[in-house]
Amino acid sequence: MVYAIRINGIRHTFDADGDTPLLWVLRDELDLKGSKFGCGAGLCGACTVHLNGSPIRSCLMPVAAVGNAEVSTIEGMAAHPIGRKLQETWMELDVPQCGYCQAGQIMTATALLSKTPHPTDSEIDAAMSGNICRCCTYTRIRAAVKKAALMHTAEAK
Amino acid sequence: MPTLAATTNENALQSAAAPSRRAFLEACTIAGGGLLLHAMFPPLARAAATPPSTAPRGGSVLNAFVRITPDGTVTILSKNPEIGQGIKTALPMVIAEELDVDWKQVRIEQAPVDQAKFGRQFAGGSMATPLNYEPLRRVGAAGRAMLVAAAAQEWKVAPTECRTEAGVVFHNGSNRFLKYGALASRAAALPVPDLQQVTLKDPKDFRIIGRPIPGVDNPKIVTGQKLFGIDVAVPGMLYAVFQKSPVFGGTVALANTDALKKLPGVRDAFIVEPSDVYRRGDAQGVAGGVAIVAKSWWAASKARNQLQVTWNEGPVAAQSSAGFAQEALRLSQQTPQSWLRRDGDVPGTLQGAAQVVDAEYSYPFLSHIDLEPQNCTAHVQNGKAELWAPTQNPEPGAQLVAATLGIPRSAVTVHMTRIGGGFGRRLRNDFMAEAAWISRQVGAPVKLLWNRQDDMQHDFYRPAGFHFLKGGLDKSGSLVALHDHFVTFGQRGRIADSAAMDANEFPALLVPHLQYGQSLIELGVPTGPMRAPRSNALAFVFQSFIDELAHQAGQDPVAFRLALLGKPQVLTNSSGKPNALRDFSTGRMRDVLVRVAEMSGWSQRGSLPPRSGQGVAFYFSHFGYFAEVVEATVAPSGDVKLDHVWIAADVGSQIINPSGAINQAQGAALDGLGSALGQAITIDRGRVGQANFDTVKPLRMMQAPPVEVVFLTTPYQPTGLGEPALPPVIPALCNAIFAATGKRVRSLPIDTQMLKA
Repeated sequence: MVYAIRINGIRHTFDADGDTPLLWVLRDELDLKGSKFGCGAGLCGACTVHLNGSPIRSCLMPVAAVGNAEVSTIEGMAAHPIGRKLQETWMELDVPQCGYCQAGQIMTATALLSKTPHPTDSEIDAAMSGNICRCCTYTRIRAAVKKAALMHTAEAK
Repeated sequence: MPTLAATTNENALQSAAAPSRRAFLEACTIAGGGLLLHAMFPPLARAAATPPSTAPRGGSVLNAFVRITPDGTVTILSKNPEIGQGIKTALPMVIAEELDVDWKQVRIEQAPVDQAKFGRQFAGGSMATPLNYEPLRRVGAAGRAMLVAAAAQEWKVAPTECRTEAGVVFHNGSNRFLKYGALASRAAALPVPDLQQVTLKDPKDFRIIGRPIPGVDNPKIVTGQKLFGIDVAVPGMLYAVFQKSPVFGGTVALANTDALKKLPGVRDAFIVEPSDVYRRGDAQGVAGGVAIVAKSWWAASKARNQLQVTWNEGPVAAQSSAGFAQEALRLSQQTPQSWLRRDGDVPGTLQGAAQVVDAEYSYPFLSHIDLEPQNCTAHVQNGKAELWAPTQNPEPGAQLVAATLGIPRSAVTVHMTRIGGGFGRRLRNDFMAEAAWISRQVGAPVKLLWNRQDDMQHDFYRPAGFHFLKGGLDKSGSLVALHDHFVTFGQRGRIADSAAMDANEFPALLVPHLQYGQSLIELGVPTGPMRAPRSNALAFVFQSFIDELAHQAGQDPVAFRLALLGKPQVLTNSSGKPNALRDFSTGRMRDVLVRVAEMSGWSQRGSLPPRSGQGVAFYFSHFGYFAEVVEATVAPSGDVKLDHVWIAADVGSQIINPSGAINQAQGAALDGLGSALGQAITIDRGRVGQANFDTVKPLRMMQAPPVEVVFLTTPYQPTGLGEPALPPVIPALCNAIFAATGKRVRSLPIDTQMLKA
């Protein structure tokens, strides 16, 4: 069946079975390979994208269920005011090791700061704990989220 | 030291360390008029037989490319696979430092797989720094010397009148200067200096080495650009899934492949018989199973849900973790099958000891759980194979593919991709053999991608193990006798991969009456190196048992360890041949232990609240000296909260990239804590009982404590950091739990039920 969905502000039309997870449409139909496959079961968060600004696991989201919702992926974060800040702090603090999970981490962090601009440590931990970093860069992820939140505050003033 | 065999690494190490080796550089002009610096340290015989103007064949320890274009851009090739250890940044930093360029001018490219040019290209054993640090400095310095010579020629002055700074050659006696970009073409035509004669910088003049430099791929990582094996796409590519026998060594008796072929999007489905390599006992060969090839990975995965197979399970179906534990207990009651060492009179000394501590320790199989599941893209046609592979060990992978397909090694091309986690798993290249096999069968390029269950159930596991220990203390509380009966695993009568213990395992040589016995249980499950292989388990056993002994002796665990280490001395490694890297310096270990005690406020640990405690441990592995303290609190429910980790480390005179180094040490420590708290692979009827992250639990952010890291600067050769921070953190945690609760963890993963108030 032919579907049309909006991803990072652009309408994409493609042919797929309705039960195909959004992740595989993004990766293999639309060549947006930033969202990663880790577990296929919503346990690791490597495939995290936004649906109308909320973080979801694209490996479990049938493409037929996306409907008119706006999908955002890591490829669109450079144009997102908070996503861009997080990308900057991620680079500044040299967060990645292997880097495989980091797109998902940034997507989850962007959703967090969009909703909660000044999260406490425990709010950061709670929001981010669905995203596994197998290299365990958690110390720096936490610091990069905090730093981006501070930058955001400074700009708002 | 993981990878193939210790000997392979040792050979490489000796070659790299030999300073008298004749070395030479090759330079030639590349298209576009740049400088191509092609540095080599071929073994003596080959060097003698090979004129410098031609590329020598095979056996070289090192080769690196530096390319400078007229606009001043310096391209440095990174020779080794990048698995997150930061090597793609660190090794080019070393070249750039001695080349004396501005890091902003530098572009990094992944080198092709060509060990004749680049030396060994692998990610394992924390070996990249010890193998490459000095040779790559010399590569950079030789390039700098050629650029200086070119400028001197241009100005008709002596090279000694010139100096360099950040990509520019200056003439000391005048205001003249020339940028490297303008000199590159002329420099490329000059004779190449002897690598052993080039002048290296005084480390106090370093501008790049020792500075925290962010990972070179970070901009691509944070914007989601294609980097990893899973991101590879080639024209006409199909997608494959491969259902292997859940029982190791099993084969397909019957499968409904005809029905699968009719499913939407499916191009082919076929039974795979084990390859010859696999039949010969190398689990990297293609195992028995069913391959499904489709127009998309999702279509192939959906078809897999309809797969019906009858398996010939084979003999491994009789094996289980419960059976191994029973067998270990039975063996422990017998004389060990062999002795790793027997010093003094252990039975007699134990009999006469003031106190004897008796304990059984065990640890489980572990899976590497790389976040990027195993995958490979392969195109086999006309007797040639081209592969894009996230492999830590590309050359053996290419050889495996050649052996699997029955084609020459020269017909196999492997492209290295960035790798979404390695931890030793991708030193084994079964996924490459499978992708090549399936591509040949369907006559098209194929991307094989495992799902999480495949990845967890078809690994080369960290071997489980059992230790039956006795320690004897004299009246003064000194450890005078130690006995270990190590029950480990064998395969076809030989010790299984990464299942061995070194005869010098600490505290050997420091306890007068000491014996290590060993017995093997036959195992049909593939095993292999995992981050700090052997050490990741043995540190837990010995540093926990030493803690038991300290408490039994009524001594401070730090003081007890210092007494055990004794006076500063160097203990020759178990080969008996002195080796500056492999020999164990008790003095270096004392220093990190004292330092971590200071960092952690060890002497004030008595003021911690109830059910909180600090534990200490140290371990020497991968040439690095690490002492660590963990502070933990155990809830009345038994849940363990990690409060803080302190790490004091000695990896020699120079940290190449402090940012990457701290990241590695923190990550390795947290990785170890995650495995101790939530990971085990159990075998039941010859198959793995876990399939995803719900039952095998990597550490998550809410569990991650702050980790403070201090590197001591010492006069020794710089060594690597991917692994050695991991081993001591596990016993440090278990010892902290003892301090908090009085309960001794002797089996991993930690059973929190046992810790209930």
